[in-house]
Amino acid sequence: MSRFEYAPAPESRAIVDIKSSYGLFINGQFTDATDGKPFKTVSPASEEVLAEVSEAGPADVDKAVRAARKAFEKVWGPMSGKDRAKYLFRIARLIQERSRELAVLESLDNGKPIRESRDVDIPLVAAHFFYYAGWADKLEYAGVGDDPQPWGVAGQVIPWNFPMLMLAWKIAPALAAGNTVVLKPAETTPLTALAFAEICQQADLPPGVVNIVTGAGRTGQALVEHPDVDKVAFTGSTEVGRAIAKSVAGTHKAVTLELGGKAANIVFEDAPIDQTIEGIVNGIFFNQGHVCCAGSRLLVQESVYDEVLARLKRRMGTLRVGDPLDKNTDIGAINSAAQLAKIRELSQIGEDEGAERWSPECELPANGYWFPPTVFTGVSQAHRIAREEIFGPVLSVLTFRTPQEAVEKANNTPFGLSAGIWTDKGSRILWMANQLRAGVVWANTFNRFDPTSPFGGYKESGYGREGGRHGLEAYLAH
Amino acid sequence: MTTLDSGVDSLADVTSSEDRLRRFLLGLPGVDQVGAEARAATLGTRSIKTTAKAYALDLAISMIDLTTLEGQDTPGKVRALCAKAKRPDPADPTAPQVAAVCVYPDLVATAKHELKGSGINVASVATAFPSGRSSLAIKVQDTKDAVAAGADEVDMVIDRGAFLSGRYGLVFDEITAIREAAGDAHLKVILETGELVTYDNVRRASWLAMLAGADFIKTSTGKVSPAATLPVTLVMLEAVRDYHEATGLRIGVKPAGGIRTAKDAIKYLVTVNETAGPDWLDPELFRFGASSLLNDLLMQRTKLATGHYPGPDYFTLD
Repeated sequence: MSRFEYAPAPESRAIVDIKSSYGLFINGQFTDATDGKPFKTVSPASEEVLAEVSEAGPADVDKAVRAARKAFEKVWGPMSGKDRAKYLFRIARLIQERSRELAVLESLDNGKPIRESRDVDIPLVAAHFFYYAGWADKLEYAGVGDDPQPWGVAGQVIPWNFPMLMLAWKIAPALAAGNTVVLKPAETTPLTALAFAEICQQADLPPGVVNIVTGAGRTGQALVEHPDVDKVAFTGSTEVGRAIAKSVAGTHKAVTLELGGKAANIVFEDAPIDQTIEGIVNGIFFNQGHVCCAGSRLLVQESVYDEVLARLKRRMGTLRVGDPLDKNTDIGAINSAAQLAKIRELSQIGEDEGAERWSPECELPANGYWFPPTVFTGVSQAHRIAREEIFGPVLSVLTFRTPQEAVEKANNTPFGLSAGIWTDKGSRILWMANQLRAGVVWANTFNRFDPTSPFGGYKESGYGREGGRHGLEAYLAH
Repeated sequence: MTTLDSGVDSLADVTSSEDRLRRFLLGLPGVDQVGAEARAATLGTRSIKTTAKAYALDLAISMIDLTTLEGQDTPGKVRALCAKAKRPDPADPTAPQVAAVCVYPDLVATAKHELKGSGINVASVATAFPSGRSSLAIKVQDTKDAVAAGADEVDMVIDRGAFLSGRYGLVFDEITAIREAAGDAHLKVILETGELVTYDNVRRASWLAMLAGADFIKTSTGKVSPAATLPVTLVMLEAVRDYHEATGLRIGVKPAGGIRTAKDAIKYLVTVNETAGPDWLDPELFRFGASSLLNDLLMQRTKLATGHYPGPDYFTLD
């Protein structure tokens, strides 16, 4: 061998035990669906069918909400915060104990590289449960009044991009605050939520405190529209978020929505160049770009445009696309055929509108859903690829001349979830952060998450905050 | 950030006066500590198995500067080290030779004699190693002595005091003087990154050494803690990559001190591969300054070939 070729280093699948079919998790038990048709979940890297999953119809959702209501009234609501914390700590420890299994399962069902599910997703899931477990007996110190009370039953609908992490963002604060939950995972990635149901059993969580109903849009609609749901939490597209906001308008339900984004990642001429390139790569290619806060619009100061682009392209040449279970994979599979079609369509529109498309040479596997890391240059604010969320490994590069222009361009979007600033000048970071209308502003880093840090959007990126003390507020009536 | 693709001519210009040199070095793009360390940590998670591991272990062995730099060194010790350099694994003649044996100047002649005809270089530290606290005249003489005794490579130290007080011209002039005194010997310039502390300083010192004619830039003497670290080596690899882009010249990198396991060595090779590129995966352009690392590489090599670990007593302690 004359070159250093990394041999395949696959993480073993033997650690996961996927059943051929799964029921719904209602009232502490796996039960068959009464009025829905089963559906299949596939590995996006190979199109292999992993398992058959039940679709929950309105009657099943009703059963789950009733179970949650009963658990709220009889057990979980009256329980002391200290005792709720014990369950949450137990769940957190079980997640850590089963972390390797959960990481493999997540990568299989979602298509994300094992390096990310192992080093980012699952550790953060455990961290969220640990963090909110600590809050459970200290709610009166959360800054939301002397005697904050849970809403009751929370109906939660989560997306496919971080299946288990989004579950943790939803369930951990809800349970810590004393609510019970009915959660619907995304139809393409239900398996880690079902593994979580097993963990609830393992932790002896009282029946009905957590209910998992699998299914697609119809199931989600039945859940958020159920009259006995007190609190609706949704993470997903702005389009669906709008429909949910309409359906709960005029009801007693409290709502938080975490929706799309088109984040500006802003690079100034005095940026620490090598770390900036890493930050650009991490901002858009992390999780195949299936990240609502992805840095999908790169704004580069014109004076360093050529250098940044040359270095970015060189770095993109070292990205390893392929088998999500290979420990050396940087970019895995696109989650579904539908999402791949959307990425392809918007990329084609980018070309048609005159932007220049570039991808490094990379061999894509024959089966499964794949899209190479891609960068578009010559993009202007008017291009659709600069305005619409692509939700894939596609970066649009724009330029600016002054900090004022950077702010104007960054804010010139209906979204406002996140933004990134790259500069060695501290005063500029503070000035920019004050001007940017985005819920999260990262400085000299990107896509960093921590359970103590609130997360959420401005404008069409949604409302409410998840994470930190602020995340508790969404689950407490005050 | 300073644009680096302006070519050799403008870089020659940079060294025309102390003021210009200073402005160039201070104008180099900054290094974000958190980001650099995060990148190094990610590269450290690469999983190198089977054929890739076999390749990496042999490559790492062939890149070792087998080193002894102790007050208690004797000709006997150096002879034993040279024997090990020639045949690292007494039980397995297919194990590659190391790149060089690194000793103090007074033992160069002994090492040279022992390694005659082996193709293994003799490297000598010089310039009042490890502190560098001596007059230029003595440093030059130290270098000349080492070369006269047959050293193929000279590992010099920079004046960290001068560097930290901003006297870049002095550091530059000293390196060029040693460069001249070393003649045809390969010049490795030790930055002693553990004393420079910040990554910004590491990047500046790397450029300073390259501009002054270093063939290699080397992290540490091994006498100061921390010695080599992965993020420091990453920053130096970025510097040689950028210098190559600007001038077409390839400068080597040598992390030294503190690398004791095969696992660590492989992390460095991954970092070389994905930062400076595959061209640097060559003993001409990358070295490990180490002693105990060799036995772990040999043990892992045997494990890979035979499926089991021999005990540590199967490897020599020299």
